[in-house]
Amino acid sequence: MQQFIAYTIIGLTIGAIYALASSGLVLTYVTSGVFNIAHGAIGMISAFVYWQIRFDWGVSAPLALLIVLGVFCPLLGMFIERFVLRDLGAANEVTRLTVTVALMAGLIGAAAWIWPPDARSAFRGFFEGNVITVLGVNIGMNKIIALVSAVIVAVLLRYLLFNTRLGVQMRAVVDDRDLAELNGARPNQISSASWAMGSVLAGYAGILLAAEVQLNIIPLTLLVINAYAAAILGRLKSLLYTFVGAMVLGLLEAYLLWTSGSSWFPKSFFGFNTGGLRQAAPTIFLFICLLALPQAKLRAGMVRVAQRSREPKWSTSVLGSVVLIVGVIALTALLTRANTIFLAQCLLFALAVLSLVPLTGYSGLVSLAPLTFAGLGAVFMAKLPGNGSVLTLVAAVAIVALIGAVVALPALRLEGIYLALATGAFALLVSTLIFNQQKVFPNGSLDVPRLRFFGVDFQQPREKVIMLSVVFAAVSLMLVAIRRSGLGRQMVAMKDSPLAGAMLGMNLLKVKTVAFALSAAIASLAGALDAGKVPPDRYSLDSSLPILLLAIVGGISSIGGAFFGGVMLGTNTVMATAIPSLANIAKVTPGFIGMTLGRNVNGVSAQIGDGFRPMVEHRPSVIVAIVGPVVFWTLTTVDIVSNWQFFGLLFMWALGTIGLLPAILGGTSEMRRVLVPLTIAGLIAGFVSTTVDLPTGGRMLCLIVAATVVVQAARRKMEPNAPAAPVHSPDFAGLTTPFSARELQEVDDAIGVVP
Amino acid sequence: MSALLEVRSVTQQFGGVTALARVDLTVRRGTITGLIGPNGAGKTTLFNVICGVRPPTSGSVRFDGIEINNAGVHERSAMGISRTFQRLELFWTLSVYENVLVAAELAAHPNADEVARQNLELLGIDHLADSTAGELSTGSARLLEVARALATSPKLLLLDEPASGLDEQESEQLGQLLRQLRDRGITVLVVEHDMSLVMGVCDEVYVLDLGVNIASGKPEQVRTNPEVIRAYLGAQVGES
Repeated sequence: MQQFIAYTIIGLTIGAIYALASSGLVLTYVTSGVFNIAHGAIGMISAFVYWQIRFDWGVSAPLALLIVLGVFCPLLGMFIERFVLRDLGAANEVTRLTVTVALMAGLIGAAAWIWPPDARSAFRGFFEGNVITVLGVNIGMNKIIALVSAVIVAVLLRYLLFNTRLGVQMRAVVDDRDLAELNGARPNQISSASWAMGSVLAGYAGILLAAEVQLNIIPLTLLVINAYAAAILGRLKSLLYTFVGAMVLGLLEAYLLWTSGSSWFPKSFFGFNTGGLRQAAPTIFLFICLLALPQAKLRAGMVRVAQRSREPKWSTSVLGSVVLIVGVIALTALLTRANTIFLAQCLLFALAVLSLVPLTGYSGLVSLAPLTFAGLGAVFMAKLPGNGSVLTLVAAVAIVALIGAVVALPALRLEGIYLALATGAFALLVSTLIFNQQKVFPNGSLDVPRLRFFGVDFQQPREKVIMLSVVFAAVSLMLVAIRRSGLGRQMVAMKDSPLAGAMLGMNLLKVKTVAFALSAAIASLAGALDAGKVPPDRYSLDSSLPILLLAIVGGISSIGGAFFGGVMLGTNTVMATAIPSLANIAKVTPGFIGMTLGRNVNGVSAQIGDGFRPMVEHRPSVIVAIVGPVVFWTLTTVDIVSNWQFFGLLFMWALGTIGLLPAILGGTSEMRRVLVPLTIAGLIAGFVSTTVDLPTGGRMLCLIVAATVVVQAARRKMEPNAPAAPVHSPDFAGLTTPFSARELQEVDDAIGVVP
Repeated sequence: MSALLEVRSVTQQFGGVTALARVDLTVRRGTITGLIGPNGAGKTTLFNVICGVRPPTSGSVRFDGIEINNAGVHERSAMGISRTFQRLELFWTLSVYENVLVAAELAAHPNADEVARQNLELLGIDHLADSTAGELSTGSARLLEVARALATSPKLLLLDEPASGLDEQESEQLGQLLRQLRDRGITVLVVEHDMSLVMGVCDEVYVLDLGVNIASGKPEQVRTNPEVIRAYLGAQVGES
């Protein structure tokens, strides 16, 4: 009995902390319409800041708490709302979701940077050592405080939302932002206020939780994710159900902790350690909560956009594939062994990113688990008989595709954020229940055999890289074929309007299942072909996030975008290992790149593509574009230019010069005065950054920065009057797309304005 | 003429709100049937029940002699029901041609390409085939909705305010198109606020007000029905 009471109190404490965290989540969701996946990460970083002030600097607890909850958290929340989310406006759900994923990745990276795992003193709870005895059980003050504050916060929140002017305005802004604004509400301030409050709640929960489980970046972030289950139970609306759900979850965890310690509880199940089951309990609870949600209504389509999902052309796709393979073969002849391995890494990342193209790019379904499927691919490649034969690979891919299809079955019931969360929960479950098993990853590493193919075993990095480029090209062409087929059109149609699709006879379950299976199969290739000893955390949820981010940043609906994203991610990873001083920057880069999505919604590759299109139609430009590389190549073969310098020139030529050729050769002399020096400066930058003594990653970084600067500067010159995004959307007047320049001209003419 | 669609005693409740109260409606084969009523009368809700987007709280829907209460949305499409949406639901990022092509392919037409082009021509928007749907004017977008719905070769076509956003001339052409479709054997059920269109082309008209079926019959009967006049013009007319 004594034990029962003790564990009940533990459960209620955990539940109280979950309640605090999840009510903050519900608050930001109902007041700003954004589901903040980074909520847990905000709690985590607040706990670290509190630790810094309280225990490292020795400030007294009340003052430290005041600084964190009164200053740091509100500012962080308002900063996020203002600089990350506000400009997103009517961006589609995939983008909005990704931005908070980016935030999570960025905060995890920042914490790992600022507070390296060593040299941390203990985190102690409030009034540690003081206990109160209730019914013969000693309870720490930290637990009492957690319980009491959860109840107070729940009551206050309820009062705020329904009985105060601010609360009513908050709810009005969510219902109809424009209408609320017309009626005198100020949506921006209100969103700002709600994000400040949400952050404070996350921060408070993080501090209380850290006292119970200690300071650790990933566990702390993910533990708060468990609180999402409670919020889902409240359907992201009801604070009461959220509270109840949090308590049930807390008790469930505590009782599992109790029973799994008893002698009758089986220690293993078919050779699998059941210890993981206890850790996974909250995730399983989240999964069940998601599946128990009522069937999602057939979603009406997105708001009208004038942007086109273009069918990829066979000519460019085949050409691109040939260029990739030939380019890789040519490059490997020049590259050192280390750089060849780096190139292989880039291609593996690109393959993982590519797995999101049919799923997220075509079908509009967000998955947080691309690397989970890659990991499963690696596991089956290693465990199935055949030791790396082609048949083993085929079987592994087929099995993972099947698993992907099974995961998709509940997906029909779920939409948007709920689906993303379910895939996140799936990633966590597979990590704890499968990847962390001694049986699966013995001593924390899995030995994936090399693929053997007609006697070639791809032992040399060069062979492996060429094989990977062929695989990437083959998968890309398969995707092109799918996108050009009826199935591909159905996927895009489903993304645009599931409701209309179903009404025309589309079986949404079938299309979603195929998309998931296809994506899982492609991702499994990235795992199965990554031969060698791999640790389980390579395939964890937090490793998957950068994949999703760079996929979106590169341009998710195109294969070029996937390739671009993979190369960026590969560069980032290699940079971290090659230049230790840049390792910390590499940790936060994907997150911060992702957060800029609000300003560049279509992805980088779309921008570059827009630059190329006029070039292809301008014959002199095409000729000059081809002459450049030929000249560089000749200079290299006669040893005037080194291999690296050749690569630098080629890189700048491809990204910074070719797109500008039509404007240079066919444009006005004024245009030329700016663009010619710009392209020459770009080429010099490419040459210099590959001449000075830098490691591979550093050189790549310089090249990417230089190319970005050239492209952005040229864009500014070529579109001097690019219309700024309208601050107030005229949606309520039935105008859903901004005026084009021509329409503005017409309006100006009609009312006789001379601009 | 036999009934193609029979709605029997359908009630739809959302929480405490009764959107439809024991509504009966029969659409006879080869006719154009109009469904009119003030805003909020439950017309779109009834469409959603017929299409299976939302199952009714009670009542039944029979199509072609078969009860279809448990059929999913895409199954009803396969049986021959197609519709357009009042709040446009186009595949915005696809081209105009692809919008119709998807529909033709879903209906498993062996020559989907040809069917798609024919329907674009029929609606007079074939010159826009390569435009992105998101760039269309509202009028053209409405016509595209109709072309797309027709590409599944339906037996019953449900049109939800097809003329809103069209000018007088376009609206007149739409009326002619509806007659043309009827002559080709397609049965049409149309929700519309444009009274001259409804009275001009419909063989039979149903009037909904606040979820209740208040009148039905030939257009001229409905037009003079005092209940209908009261629903449209407010209580004063009836009282005076």
